[in-house]
Amino acid sequence: MAAEGKIRVLVAKPGLDGHDRGAKVLALALRDAGMEVIYTGLRQTPELIAAAAIQEDVDVVGLSCLSGAHLHLFPRVVELLAEQGADDIMVIGGGIIPENDIPELKAKGTREVFGPGSSTADIVAYIREQYPNKS
Amino acid sequence: MELVKQLLAGDQRALARLITRVEQDTDDVPDIMKAIYPALGKAYCVGITGAPGAGKSTLTDKLTAHARKLGKTVGVIAVDPTSPFSGGAVLGDRIRMQQHYLDDGVFIRSMATRGSHGGLSHTAKGVIKLLDAFGKDLILVETVGVGQTELDIVDAADTTVVILVPESGDTVQAMKAGLMEIADLFVVNKADRDGADRMVMDLRMLVHMNAEENGWEIPVLSTQASTNVGIVELYEAIEQHHQKLQDSGQLEQRRRENRRCELVELLQHRILASLQDRLDKDESLLALVDQVQEARLDPYTAVHRILQGRATP
Repeated sequence: MAAEGKIRVLVAKPGLDGHDRGAKVLALALRDAGMEVIYTGLRQTPELIAAAAIQEDVDVVGLSCLSGAHLHLFPRVVELLAEQGADDIMVIGGGIIPENDIPELKAKGTREVFGPGSSTADIVAYIREQYPNKS
Repeated sequence: MELVKQLLAGDQRALARLITRVEQDTDDVPDIMKAIYPALGKAYCVGITGAPGAGKSTLTDKLTAHARKLGKTVGVIAVDPTSPFSGGAVLGDRIRMQQHYLDDGVFIRSMATRGSHGGLSHTAKGVIKLLDAFGKDLILVETVGVGQTELDIVDAADTTVVILVPESGDTVQAMKAGLMEIADLFVVNKADRDGADRMVMDLRMLVHMNAEENGWEIPVLSTQASTNVGIVELYEAIEQHHQKLQDSGQLEQRRRENRRCELVELLQHRILASLQDRLDKDESLLALVDQVQEARLDPYTAVHRILQGRATP
């Protein structure tokens, strides 16, 4: 039978970004690394993202934001998950995130931020490290 | 079991976590199943299958909306294939059902097929039961109908809806794929496209010929899921099928058969696992296996002895 289970990741685009090519590239990379990726598409509100994350019982929520609203949106997702008793779900972020904003994001619960130029391999490796018992 | 108590009290997070356990087939699954058993039997399960791109997710979304209007609670299981190369999967069906994310009356779960040893039919049936115990009136299971695994899931459904699109080619394809055997309802989606009317006609002719043997002529409906056309009619057709199954006693008969199949499946599964274990570890059995490997003993005699519980004559 399945040993310790698959890593399940929700890849979500909060806010009003116009395109999701990066998020799709990441989704495929995570799949190729053996993970199960739930992809919820563009224009998600933090409420929609948290609801999906809980029903899907994901291990990781990956938030992608290109429009600059990350300082509001990422912490809001973290907050909503905590409110619903799901603060064990790891939230990571990526997209167009200025280096200067990273400390604030981390202080407010985003575990790691992968800014422009991050490689999907790094993201995969990071997630794997957090869940060594899962495939 | 604490999680089960929470599930029965309506806690969504507990439901989600129990589904994960069932998917992983953890050791406590038998206890979970035993604990929810008394709460089962209320839900009606509809399987929705068809080729990729036929519009299953959109249809599922619209059917869910209609069910909610009628005050029913809905559970949705959306199944997508696991990549045979990487073991991973992109599960993108729920993206079509966003209108329901914040509705407490709808629970949506995406599942990957995780290989095709018939394993999914085992876990998907468990997930259906969890949704049933949780109190869902209607459970929609959406799968891609191209392989044996998906056909197994359809076994767990009370009504199976097969969706075709005008571009999917011949109705001869439908015959070949065994869809006639599993369909309770045919739906031609994207009915605004060229060839849709023709396809409906051809399907109706096909089911009419088939009806001579079965006495139930499979309804053929047409829909345009994206613009909400034909959804109410489809929902009503499903209810009519439900009614017919109930009136004729077939519903109970099917469920009896399914329960029996499940028992046999489980038995086979556990006996095999236990036997494998013994074959690997039991010393007297190992000696027997040795003899067979060296052609000193034929396998039939060996099997006879193993089943008699005597490794040695």
